[in-house]
Amino acid sequence: MSLLEIKNLSLSIMGTPILKNVSLTVNTGEIVAVTGESGSGKSLTALATMGLLPKGSTTTGAIQLNGQDLLTTSETDLCKIRGNDIGMVFQEPMTALNPVQTIGAQVAETIRIHGTMRKSDAMMRAAEVLTRVGLPQDKFPLSRYPHELSGGQRQRVVIAMAIALRPKLLIADEPTTALDVTTQAQILDLLADLARDYDMGLLMITHDLAVVSDMADKIVVMRLGEVVEQGETKSLLSNMRHEYTKMLFAASGHQVKLPEIPPSDALLSVRNVVRDYKTPRKTVFGSTGTFRALKCVSFEIRRGERLGLVGESGCGKSTLTRAILGLEGVQDGQITLDGDPVFMGKKPNLAVRRKMQVVFQDPYGSFNPRHKVTRLITEPFHLLETQPTPDERTLLIAEALTAVGMHPSDADKYIHEFSGGQRQRIAIARALIIKPDLIVFDEAVSALDVSVRAQILDLLVDLSAQYNLTYLFISHDLSVVRTITDRVLVMQHGQIVEQGVTEQVFTAPNHPYTQELIAAAPVLPDLEHLKA
Amino acid sequence: MIRYTLKRLTSLFISLAVASMLIFFVIEVAPGDPASFMLGINAQPDTVAALRAELGLDVPKFQRYLVWVQGMLTGDFGMSYTYRTPVSQMIADRMWVSLPLALYALTLSTIIAFPAGMYAAARRGRAGDIGVMGATQLGVAIPNFWFAMMLVLIFAIKLRWFSAGGFAGWDKGLDAVMWSLTLPAISLALPQAAILARVMRSALLDVMNEDYMRTARAKGLTTTQTLWKHGLRNALIPVLTIIGLQFSFLLAGGIIIEQVFYLPGLGRLVFQAISARDLIVVESVVMLLVFAVIVVNFAVDLAYAAVDPRLRART
Repeated sequence: MSLLEIKNLSLSIMGTPILKNVSLTVNTGEIVAVTGESGSGKSLTALATMGLLPKGSTTTGAIQLNGQDLLTTSETDLCKIRGNDIGMVFQEPMTALNPVQTIGAQVAETIRIHGTMRKSDAMMRAAEVLTRVGLPQDKFPLSRYPHELSGGQRQRVVIAMAIALRPKLLIADEPTTALDVTTQAQILDLLADLARDYDMGLLMITHDLAVVSDMADKIVVMRLGEVVEQGETKSLLSNMRHEYTKMLFAASGHQVKLPEIPPSDALLSVRNVVRDYKTPRKTVFGSTGTFRALKCVSFEIRRGERLGLVGESGCGKSTLTRAILGLEGVQDGQITLDGDPVFMGKKPNLAVRRKMQVVFQDPYGSFNPRHKVTRLITEPFHLLETQPTPDERTLLIAEALTAVGMHPSDADKYIHEFSGGQRQRIAIARALIIKPDLIVFDEAVSALDVSVRAQILDLLVDLSAQYNLTYLFISHDLSVVRTITDRVLVMQHGQIVEQGVTEQVFTAPNHPYTQELIAAAPVLPDLEHLKA
Repeated sequence: MIRYTLKRLTSLFISLAVASMLIFFVIEVAPGDPASFMLGINAQPDTVAALRAELGLDVPKFQRYLVWVQGMLTGDFGMSYTYRTPVSQMIADRMWVSLPLALYALTLSTIIAFPAGMYAAARRGRAGDIGVMGATQLGVAIPNFWFAMMLVLIFAIKLRWFSAGGFAGWDKGLDAVMWSLTLPAISLALPQAAILARVMRSALLDVMNEDYMRTARAKGLTTTQTLWKHGLRNALIPVLTIIGLQFSFLLAGGIIIEQVFYLPGLGRLVFQAISARDLIVVESVVMLLVFAVIVVNFAVDLAYAAVDPRLRART
């Protein structure tokens, strides 16, 4: 008998069918990865297993844990199973912990509600579990609050809560999506170790195929609420049968060919830029400290060049972006675009600002939902000295929308009428509309599904050829940076530790940090090699 | 935490200083001279001048302000223009009615609102929620003086459980005081409880969508346990804000209720002082109320920090 057996699970929420006849099994000690794009129903499959479906859900089929059907188990009994027999780790470690309780109390809670252990004993056990997940007591005492920990450390606390009672099954829903590559690698190792040590079944939900093929014993591919293909990792990868699986893998490793750029002079020049932030006082009357977010950063972007910027969170990528865009002043050094300083005295230089545009990560949060697309994409016009006439406006809107593969008639719609990928196209149209000299893409494809991401990358290549785009592409996703940029900067602790031609940096990294980053990034297996 | 407290204390003193200046000068610019008002329209100019000198109204304004502040710091609020008794004594007498009434009403409203808000949040969209929300809608809509009169009609006149008005006085003991304050406190508490319950419900509903609530459920906590152990404390910040505002309001805002129940409270004192142009009483009571508001806000700020460790860390 399998540890977890989902048989013909169908789910509908408020009458809308979500899952259709999903079947899968997880055996003791086995790592099963469920993968697919957003809306495939992978997270809801996990929540159904936990018995934590949203209100208005109706299910048919069976979810058996060691033979017990969880769908027919009462809520009271499910409460005894959750945390005890099944543990769950969630995607967003920054918000998954209660901000007003110490980490010790939160881990101990799992232990206490399932037993009669005294508080002091439960705290001791919590300390052991936290040590096991890599948070030793001398550095991370039980009295720490979540806000005092980094994202990776918080995810370790969430894992500690999930495994405190050594459940038979651990469900991890996108456990590393919000984390940096090196942290991701550590958390994945930890999960795999725990599954092996405790002989747990691990049901891993992830959209990242590189992660899937790296660690899973079995892969389940889902699409629109259905399982389209499943099997042992190696045999599935070497012999993909379903078109969707093939498409997913192709899109994940999607490579583009950037048009050649003729040699030209520098467009953006960043010289010895220093940015300090004040840190809070440590004692009552102590003085404020300073944190140097950018330490003498210098680089150039030539006209027509596509430059990548990689590094982990907190390395200064965002600070650098804000400085380049003139949103924040710098303490020392100078940033110029076409020879004009981005900052004039204490004020941003508007003449320069209108030559730069930015595309942000979140296609859902970066638009005002109450405005029509016309208004949204013409926002950069306020930077211009002379406003276009109404006729010119219409023409420019149509041109920008067509350039990103949308229809001019989309201008009269509201943003909620579009999918994530379409929204990101609109965001690019907004950046293109005043024909800027430089576009900054700040994690612009990170929130997108692989197939959509592949389309946006293709779009960028088209636009590069058409408009001779110059851009700075900031991303934590190394595989994307590798294909979409000519040159790359690697940033660590506010410094650029390595820069060079992208392909060279990736094939022969010089700096130890670059080597570490590249080694930590999960890579898709070579399918040809697998088949052989 | 010490830094946070010191910062809040500094802001408390600055607010007090600014408020005292505003109160003094705004009230002083208001038309109507207390001396001529007290003596009537037919008074002789020299009599008025003599009274002005006696009341200390002839010295420059700024000097009067300094004397006023100095007096308040030493507990001397000056003499009432109309009653010729020390203002501090008048305020103290009224305070012994208004303060217990405000605390009583606030306690009642909190006792009603917390469970009602939690109950409604836990049963969102179901009959219990709709019932509680309907009741709070009524509570906000019903004018409290009407509700007060209904209470008097039913519990004082018909059932004769409580007295219809008046204040027993502290010499009759705590029971008698509570007895005479119960109906006024209920009428004051009702609309406050309705508002607080709504705030509690919406704060809890916001919190219930948080990721950590789902994490708690995944650990095996029941819905109720999750709400108590993880929801309540996180939902407290907006609720504390409202409680702070309500206390300040209850302290002086009970003027209509004080009239209905014939209670000698601060609200009535201000009302009478304004009608009589008794500026010094008005200034002192207003200053006292401002002081109460600022101190309550200070206490609420400290309570925030006690509830949320992130606030302690930030400063």
